[in-house]
Amino acid sequence: MAHKGKDGSGEKVVYVGDSRVRKGSGFITPPDYTAYPGKSEAFIPNFLLKEWMVGVVVLVGILVLTISEPAPLGFPADARATVIPIPDWYFLFLYQYLKLPYASGDYIVLGTLGVTGVAFGALLLAPFLDTGRERRFYKRPIASSLMLLSLAAIVYLTNTAWTEYKHEMAETGQIPEDVQREEKAAENRAKGLPTTSAVQTEDIAIVDKDDPAMALFKQATCVTCHAVDLKGGGGPSLRGVGDTHDQAAILAIIKEGQGQMPPMYETALGAGLTDQDIDSLAAWLAKQKSEQ
Amino acid sequence: MFKNIYNWIDERLDITPIWRDVADHEVPEHVNPAHHFSAFVYCFGGLTFFITVIQILSGMFLTMYYVPDIINAYASVEYLQTKVAFGQIVRGMHHWGASLVIVMMFLHTMRVFFTGSYKAPREMNWVVGMLIFFVMLGLGLTGYLLPWDNKAYFATKVTLEIANSVPVMGPVLKELMQGGTIVGAETLTRFFALHVFFLPAVMLILLVGHFIMIRRQGISGPL
Repeated sequence: MAHKGKDGSGEKVVYVGDSRVRKGSGFITPPDYTAYPGKSEAFIPNFLLKEWMVGVVVLVGILVLTISEPAPLGFPADARATVIPIPDWYFLFLYQYLKLPYASGDYIVLGTLGVTGVAFGALLLAPFLDTGRERRFYKRPIASSLMLLSLAAIVYLTNTAWTEYKHEMAETGQIPEDVQREEKAAENRAKGLPTTSAVQTEDIAIVDKDDPAMALFKQATCVTCHAVDLKGGGGPSLRGVGDTHDQAAILAIIKEGQGQMPPMYETALGAGLTDQDIDSLAAWLAKQKSEQ
Repeated sequence: MFKNIYNWIDERLDITPIWRDVADHEVPEHVNPAHHFSAFVYCFGGLTFFITVIQILSGMFLTMYYVPDIINAYASVEYLQTKVAFGQIVRGMHHWGASLVIVMMFLHTMRVFFTGSYKAPREMNWVVGMLIFFVMLGLGLTGYLLPWDNKAYFATKVTLEIANSVPVMGPVLKELMQGGTIVGAETLTRFFALHVFFLPAVMLILLVGHFIMIRRQGISGPL
């Protein structure tokens, strides 16, 4: 809808430069452009093109980072995994702070609400706390020194958190899962196997379900961890175990254990199995291949 | 022809003042790095917005492949990362952009703080800016869970335990975010909804407020 001119002519208002300045005759001083001395310029396109140059540098930076360091991805979430929890880096200072003696345990309220609440509350309401007219930071000693102190604390806490995490990883001999996943994928790729770490939901059938070894499997208490359907529970699924283990390897695991699994040989003998039974059980497990 | 179309629309909607206002407003000398190199500190706000736009665009492309359920979430991210053409680049941009937007926002906040730009009459814009900061942290927190790998899962467990330790509100807050008694399927869908719909919506509203206020009040003067 066009504005009505003062003379009621119905002519559309024509603006020059700043939208608050109507086109008129003679020189018009734009109100804003006189606010500051010096070389002011229009936002579009003059300034925006210059800022775009800075933007391009940042964009190239992101792309270089993206190409040189792929975004990390570990193994699928598993509540039974032993992983040292670590938040994203910008939360490390809070995470570390909440481990301090007077911010955790009995004092957790002081940690979560007390200091954190006051610090973030003060940051949110900074203009209402620092109400003086002075803007230069060196003339605002209280506000500036509090901010510098907080920055120093954030740097210190972040560094401590990261150092402790690294130390804990080294102590427990853990390698970050994203590194593990990539190594595993590279190994499988070299062997021509699937490189995925995702949980396979496709059912692998039990081979020779009616084999007498199935009864031995139950009798030898394997079912406690690996379940009647071989899908696992406390222990891993044994369906398709023959893809990666032969009879000798399975026998070795039964005798010596592996990972969290204790040696089960004695237990099996105690449950009434003979050496021959255990051999045939291992042979049957070695037959459990995903594809015939 | 374009001029005729423009004029036709302009006669009916009077759109000239809107874009004139955005385009022609003054950028004073003291914030222009072309005149004073040290004025590059005034770029951080614009760069924060630039990276936010990158985050929105890359995130939109990620949702074309991402499946927010505990069976398929990891598999879809892995597929995106290893099989989809340029998937690694798009996910990489979103991953690194998430860190960079925090860095830029932090630098922008520090510039505003140390130049005292939050003082009258710009108090409200500072408060809105801090709210944007908190929403961004929320986006980082919720986005961290979505790949559904062990790092994401255990970090979220710890986060929710911390939320739980807040007196009175804590347990309610935890259950609200967790969507049940354990970190599981419900937690993932809730974090997904927060990350993709709720928090971006809040952020965009706050951003509009932030920009309208800076247009109204202008940039703070030289020190």
